[in-house]
Amino acid sequence: MIKLDNLTKTFATLRGTVTAVDRVSLEVPAGEICVLLGPSGCGKTTTLKMINRLIMPSSGKIFINGKDTDAYDVVDLRRSIGYVIQQIGLFPNMTVEDNICVVPDLLGWDRAKSRKRAAELLAMVALEPSSFLKRYPKELSGGQQQRVGVIRALAADPPVLLMDEPFGAIDPINREIIQDEFLKMQDQIRKTVMFVSHDIDEAVKMGDRIAIFRDGRLEQFDTPDNVLAHPVNAFIASFVGRDRTLKRLRLVKVADAMRRLAPAIGLETAVTDALRLMDEHAQPMLVVSDAEGRPCGYVACDLLEGRPGIVSEHRRDLPATVDLDEDLRSAVSLMFAHDMRWLACVDSRGLFRGCVTQEDITQLLGDRRRSDSR
Amino acid sequence: MGTLRFIEGNLGVIIQLTLQHISIVGVAVGFAILTGVPIGIAITQSRRAADAVLYVASIIMTIPSIALFGVMIPVLSLIGQGIGYLPAVIAVLLYSQLPIIRNTYTAITNVDPALREAARGMGMTPLQRLRRVEIPLAVPVIMAGVRTAVVINIGVTAIAAYIGAGGLGVLISRGISQTDVRQLVTGAIAVSLLAIVADYLLLWAQNGLTPRGVKV
Repeated sequence: MIKLDNLTKTFATLRGTVTAVDRVSLEVPAGEICVLLGPSGCGKTTTLKMINRLIMPSSGKIFINGKDTDAYDVVDLRRSIGYVIQQIGLFPNMTVEDNICVVPDLLGWDRAKSRKRAAELLAMVALEPSSFLKRYPKELSGGQQQRVGVIRALAADPPVLLMDEPFGAIDPINREIIQDEFLKMQDQIRKTVMFVSHDIDEAVKMGDRIAIFRDGRLEQFDTPDNVLAHPVNAFIASFVGRDRTLKRLRLVKVADAMRRLAPAIGLETAVTDALRLMDEHAQPMLVVSDAEGRPCGYVACDLLEGRPGIVSEHRRDLPATVDLDEDLRSAVSLMFAHDMRWLACVDSRGLFRGCVTQEDITQLLGDRRRSDSR
Repeated sequence: MGTLRFIEGNLGVIIQLTLQHISIVGVAVGFAILTGVPIGIAITQSRRAADAVLYVASIIMTIPSIALFGVMIPVLSLIGQGIGYLPAVIAVLLYSQLPIIRNTYTAITNVDPALREAARGMGMTPLQRLRRVEIPLAVPVIMAGVRTAVVINIGVTAIAAYIGAGGLGVLISRGISQTDVRQLVTGAIAVSLLAIVADYLLLWAQNGLTPRGVKV
């Protein structure tokens, strides 16, 4: 884990003393990603660089896994911390393999062992080792280079990773992909990560916790949902955006908001049975599914009232369904697009699993607002 | 024509003078690399040192070669080496300093700052950074400086004949003093050819020494 204790950095300039970082204290539990977020010049990058002493702190302490970093020799400290920068910085005169193995080589690892590890790491980021190990950085695309930059930082298996806007230089499409890959990788390797970003969406997506900086001061240190739901001051409220409630929708999966109460009914179900079911579950509508369990329409009680026969004669088409693992933002988007107040939820095989309604969603956001902790 | 027959008839002498010429330039530039590259690396540490050293080196380049050779005479006479091989080599060494020092300095200071930051942040000491990153990246530009030094000094060494150092300049100087067009033309062509061939060979060496990842 990483602990910052009253970390401060001041610079003497012609216009007097400038405080770039002002008594910042925070603690990142092991295995979590903490995003340092804020506008330009807020001190987030300076704070990050004080952890691996690229910038010397003016005062305050930094603890990594309980040990005071002042006790380490600077070079040894840096070799035990992974460092990824925005400009990537792969050494053009070295192959991808040699680039990845820079820190293991500095540490004197056995070459065979480090080369094997390089191949494993490449495979982990979906770059075919036999094809990429011997290539040179100039032969790689920007996205590939940054992936190599990330695994280079992981090569010596450091407990801590520092990332300074690592995906900023990549185009938005590749950036999404690399962010997703990194999160998947993090699920496996569980490094403690300090991640600098100026993009609230990236922070919400990547961070287990967000630390918001302004003018060198730490303004709020909380989970993404709490930062969006309870910004502590007007600056943060405007920084995260007036659409912050919509942003919160990204954090919840349909599966968590869905109600499973009423089952789907078959095409052959009698209207009277359908109406009775709707009454029992206090639902104004029911989803109709086919023999395999795939939704193929719905019936509404006001349209069924007094009609004879079976459901298949009266069912209406479902304009859209939503997957269980999509987030609520997609669900709401579909609801608006098709003017529906509810959606049928399906799993990866297309089978009906439940419904999600607009009321469910606002209730959920409200509950999360009313609850104080997560 | 007469010149071709002259060349045919005196091939042995011409080759011997060529070898003398190559020896002066080769030895001098070789030593110039040994002094120039470390100086070029050292001055990257201090802007003021860099300015001072580059200033001195460029002043030396402005001294006409015949004058520099002339200065060598009284100075080196003190050790009995006033004329001949040694003053020629020393003068060429001095002339080679600017291209080599300046190219080394420029190549290293122009290394992408992102690479320097990455190297520092990953835990390389300054020496390791020089050895593993900055110098390999600087090699192509340093070699270009060496090529410049060699080509310029093949021409300068032609003047060394006037202080008894030998070399292809002998043909040119005799051609002038004896009004012998054949010697003059032979000498001039030989010097030019030597410069062209040397440039090509060093270009080949430059490409050989450039790290694969850096080649254009």
